[in-house]
Amino acid sequence: MINNQREYDMTGRARKGAIALVAGMLMATGAAAAEGVSYKELADALHTVMDSDRTIYTRMVVNRLQNEEKVIKASEHWKDDKALPLPAQMFRFGSEMVAEKQKMFTYSLLSEWPVNKQNAPRTPVETAGLKAVVANSKQPFYKEETIGGKKYFTAVYPDIAISPACVSCHNGHKDTPRTDFKLGDVMGGVVLRIAMK
Amino acid sequence: MASSNQQLWLAWSLVSGGFLALLGMGLFMTSQAAESPRLAQVRAWFLPGETSHGHFQIELACEACHVKPFGGSELRQQACEGCHAAELTESGDKHPLSKFTDPRNAPLLERIDATRCETCHEEHRPELTLTMGVTQPADLCAHCHSSIAEERPSHAGMKFDTCSSSGCHRYHDNQATYEDFLLRHAEAPALLARVESRATNFAELAAMLPDYPSSRFPLQPLTFDQADAPAPAASSVQARDWSHSGHARQGVNCSACHGGTEGSAQWIARPADETCAGCHSLQRRGLEQGLHGMRLGLGLPAMRPELARLPMRKAAGNHELGCTSCHTAHLVDRVAASRDACLGCHADEHSLAFDSSPHGKSWARAVQGSTPVSEAVSCATCHMPVVAQRLSEFDLVADHVQHNQSATLRPSEKMLRPVCMRCHGLGYATDALADAELVKRNFSGQPAVHVDSTRMAVERDEAIRRQRQQAALEQEQSQ
Repeated sequence: MINNQREYDMTGRARKGAIALVAGMLMATGAAAAEGVSYKELADALHTVMDSDRTIYTRMVVNRLQNEEKVIKASEHWKDDKALPLPAQMFRFGSEMVAEKQKMFTYSLLSEWPVNKQNAPRTPVETAGLKAVVANSKQPFYKEETIGGKKYFTAVYPDIAISPACVSCHNGHKDTPRTDFKLGDVMGGVVLRIAMK
Repeated sequence: MASSNQQLWLAWSLVSGGFLALLGMGLFMTSQAAESPRLAQVRAWFLPGETSHGHFQIELACEACHVKPFGGSELRQQACEGCHAAELTESGDKHPLSKFTDPRNAPLLERIDATRCETCHEEHRPELTLTMGVTQPADLCAHCHSSIAEERPSHAGMKFDTCSSSGCHRYHDNQATYEDFLLRHAEAPALLARVESRATNFAELAAMLPDYPSSRFPLQPLTFDQADAPAPAASSVQARDWSHSGHARQGVNCSACHGGTEGSAQWIARPADETCAGCHSLQRRGLEQGLHGMRLGLGLPAMRPELARLPMRKAAGNHELGCTSCHTAHLVDRVAASRDACLGCHADEHSLAFDSSPHGKSWARAVQGSTPVSEAVSCATCHMPVVAQRLSEFDLVADHVQHNQSATLRPSEKMLRPVCMRCHGLGYATDALADAELVKRNFSGQPAVHVDSTRMAVERDEAIRRQRQQAALEQEQSQ
């Protein structure tokens, strides 16, 4: 399937880059193992796209306009405050739209120190995964788990404070259980679940 | 004897067959059943129980919710979303479907399936139905948020059913109840000094619309002498009314609605409501989403006050609701449509108390001309407010009258931001809406109910500030 995608899209391959790869992989999810794409590779590819998009938004939009050029603020209540959505919100809105469009995979941003308590780890794999990526931010965490009678391949990737906006917002938020984050700290993790066949 | 029995059997079979055929026609002939009163009566036999306030007008259009006979719950869910999804999205729904499709919420869904509207809004169950068509027990919130007191010590000891009944939280729409919003408006007085007035400049809007027929109807005022109706009509009272209307001021001549001009065979004496929708599609859509026009939206005969569950004036019982029932066809008098049209039908306590209320008195002064209409409050000011709306075919947002009068009543707290807070502070307005007796009196008097959410938000904010200042001080001293 991936090969077909590549043949079909030969001229635009470089331009479309990772997105085309992920699209091809998505189509192949049902027969991931048979086609030679493992759940782990698929999870990594999906995470590459979401992590890159979020980093770009954080650096090129929020940090630049809010912290460097100081022309507009980012706010949790972005609509009421006529401000930019926070990077974490941008990420969550994306994940909600993805969830509306398909059921093959879901992702969310969770933390041991969540601002919204609904984003605390809930399953044993989430708990273990978040602890593992905090202990070692170089190594994502992978595990299969069964929830509600269905089997999932779950990957947890470290979510690192890449810009001052991340640190100042989380440390200063009224609902934060932790106020001593520093740049480079693992603040939580992206939990990505792929439904297994 | 045998022959007699056979005849009886035959007769019985024919009667039974006919009865079954009648039932089948009622069930399956969907479009005919909507129009035929007799088939509608047959359909009514299938109703398993009284329908909720929001849906009773369309209860015989079974397919509006069930999509097709024996359609199943998936189709019913799609039908719910077909009518209500856009409004939920617009209000920043705090519990959207996408929040629950994540597998990590599967254990929560085993207790409450929050992915389906019917989990909380079951139809045809009058014995369970509470306000807003809710059928879920009052402890709904506690299933997922029972540990709230751990992060909000102020919530310790609160009863499980007080989350929404106290006026503090709503399941879907918390645009006027979230904590930072309460803090921002904590000091606002009961009556604000400045009244926010909203209106759209029609000429500016029309200039942006590619399909506005400005070559045929230039945006220039027309006078009585310029009416392009056939001779007898051109000098009629109706034409005189038109010359004083917004249509004439914006260059919309008689032929725009009547289809032809003087001497033309295309002249339509009584254009249908659909003609209005040709230009006012946004307003029409709003009308069809609310209790005034939802029947029209489904192709059912128009709503009549005699069918309503709220008290209505008997004399107006058979009045058919559409565009021209509130807006007179030629004068299109928005001032009359803002109060007179409403009180021509509505006769509940709240409506009857309008004229003697502070809002009603302000409207009377405006009608007399002693104050500007923009500073007065009519029925429509609150129930059909001017709000920013997106024109669906374009990425264009402009202020328009919301013709879905239910939009700010599901629940009434939805009125806080687009309506009450244009003139009143958040705290006062929240208390007023929470006082059912005050609402009945149409807000004559002061709220006797107090919603404590703002005080709690302020106290928590101050406590956290003190705590952080203390921690910073201690850290400074330790260095």
